[in-house]
Amino acid sequence: MTTTAAATEPPHIAVEHLSVSYAGVVALSNASLRLDRGTICGLVGMNGAGKSTLFKALMGFVRPSTGTVRINGQSVAQAQRRQSVAYVPQAESVDWDFPLSVTDVVMMGRYGSMGPLRNPRRRDHEAVRHSLELVELWNLRQRQIGELSGGQRKRAFLARALAQGASVLLLDEPFNGVDVRTEKLMAQLFMAFRRERRTLLISTHDMDHVTGFCDQVVLINKTVLAYGETGEVFTRENLALTFGGCPRYEEGWS
Amino acid sequence: MDPVGWFMEPLHHVFMVKALLISTVVGGVCALLSCFMTLKGWALMGDAVSHAVLPGVVIAYALGLPLAVGAFVFGVGSVAVIGLVKQNTRVKEDTVIGLVFTGFFALGLILVSKVRSSLDLMHILFGNVLGIRPQDFQQTLVISALVLVVLLVFRRDLVLFCFDPTHARSIGISTGFLYYLLLSSLSLAAVAGLQTVGIILVVAMLVTPGATAYLLTDSFGTMTVLAVTSGIFSSLLGAYLSYWSDASPAGCIVVVQTLLFVMAMVFAPKHGLLQRAFNNQPPQ
Repeated sequence: MTTTAAATEPPHIAVEHLSVSYAGVVALSNASLRLDRGTICGLVGMNGAGKSTLFKALMGFVRPSTGTVRINGQSVAQAQRRQSVAYVPQAESVDWDFPLSVTDVVMMGRYGSMGPLRNPRRRDHEAVRHSLELVELWNLRQRQIGELSGGQRKRAFLARALAQGASVLLLDEPFNGVDVRTEKLMAQLFMAFRRERRTLLISTHDMDHVTGFCDQVVLINKTVLAYGETGEVFTRENLALTFGGCPRYEEGWS
Repeated sequence: MDPVGWFMEPLHHVFMVKALLISTVVGGVCALLSCFMTLKGWALMGDAVSHAVLPGVVIAYALGLPLAVGAFVFGVGSVAVIGLVKQNTRVKEDTVIGLVFTGFFALGLILVSKVRSSLDLMHILFGNVLGIRPQDFQQTLVISALVLVVLLVFRRDLVLFCFDPTHARSIGISTGFLYYLLLSSLSLAAVAGLQTVGIILVVAMLVTPGATAYLLTDSFGTMTVLAVTSGIFSSLLGAYLSYWSDASPAGCIVVVQTLLFVMAMVFAPKHGLLQRAFNNQPPQ
């Protein structure tokens, strides 16, 4: 844990004793974690370990059976109203044939801070432009989203989260199928986000990305098994607990 | 027959002027809604709701209420029932939809046969645009105007809802509200379309123009303009063809819509079959 944060500042993300069940099936039980502002945190676990449930809890989509989720000391609903939480979806969950341009999608990041008719004003156009320039998509802004490459698609949704002005970014498998250029650019952007004291929670299967980018890591298997500094948490024993001896994940990790 | 006469002569009949007017309005509004139906993947839902409104329409008729009220209650109600059955049984959603809407429709058929009135089953099933009653004419215009205003006002939220409901929720926009808004619009449009082409074919008006436009453009704004244009064009041409060939207006309108779709499917500049063959792309 960093000690520079003032004692008065609440953790950026505070999950305490969180349990979530779907129709009697426990997805997460007694999960707790705290992340300070400006943390890049990897979220590692098998499919079905509860990664998306944790994301859903942070977005207020599931009702916890026990426990609390606080974002910046506020309830999730309050944090949502302040546009604090952005979700960057997996590529597989997006309809890439949808008749929308890159600008249209990024502008959707602004909807929460617009009037009821969602008529973009000058500051909205400026926020969209700034975000698109940061992710280096300004030149491709009029493309239909399906005409982007895999890496560009990821960057478009990252730009939407930036345009939203979110301080907590939940990224679902952001490195799947991205090109080298995007990966480098995303690494740079993540460092910039850390300087801006945004907090990133990145779900990933790729251990190299965790050791490469993440200050902290959360290991999850129906509960939070361990979290903290990447170097301390990423031990053989912890990973064996996380993956339950699943050989696919242990290969190449020593 | 000279072309001018072909267009002018039917306008000498009040019933034809009314038919052209109402088909144009309904065709345009349903076409706008069809963009959302196509993108949300709600074609089957449109089919279900348009059938399930039948008992509501008959009950409203018998009680002297506006038909829209009955259609609204049963349209939204049928979807609520579909949701309940899906959640509480192991039956898959498409099966539940098929089962619920035919159940509602069958109940409607019984009610029609028991309510002794001038309510003609054939008119409900296949439309009666040439003999539309004055009060139905007014109601249809009001319903269409209401749906049009709702779709225009909530256009951007509804596009977001169709495209990425997760994002909508994460920024505090109520997807439950948008779901029922779209569903209510669908129920109301179904009863408006019922007056023009009847229950059986109304789903074509709620799906085909959107699908045609979807093949022609990659911009949502352009898609709505193309869908509404093709919806209105089909309604007008269909009504004229019906007049001159003494054929079913509903049939003519929907056949024109379908032909427009087929043309788009073959000749669309980017997503058409010819272009795909030319680019040597495998069809999706």
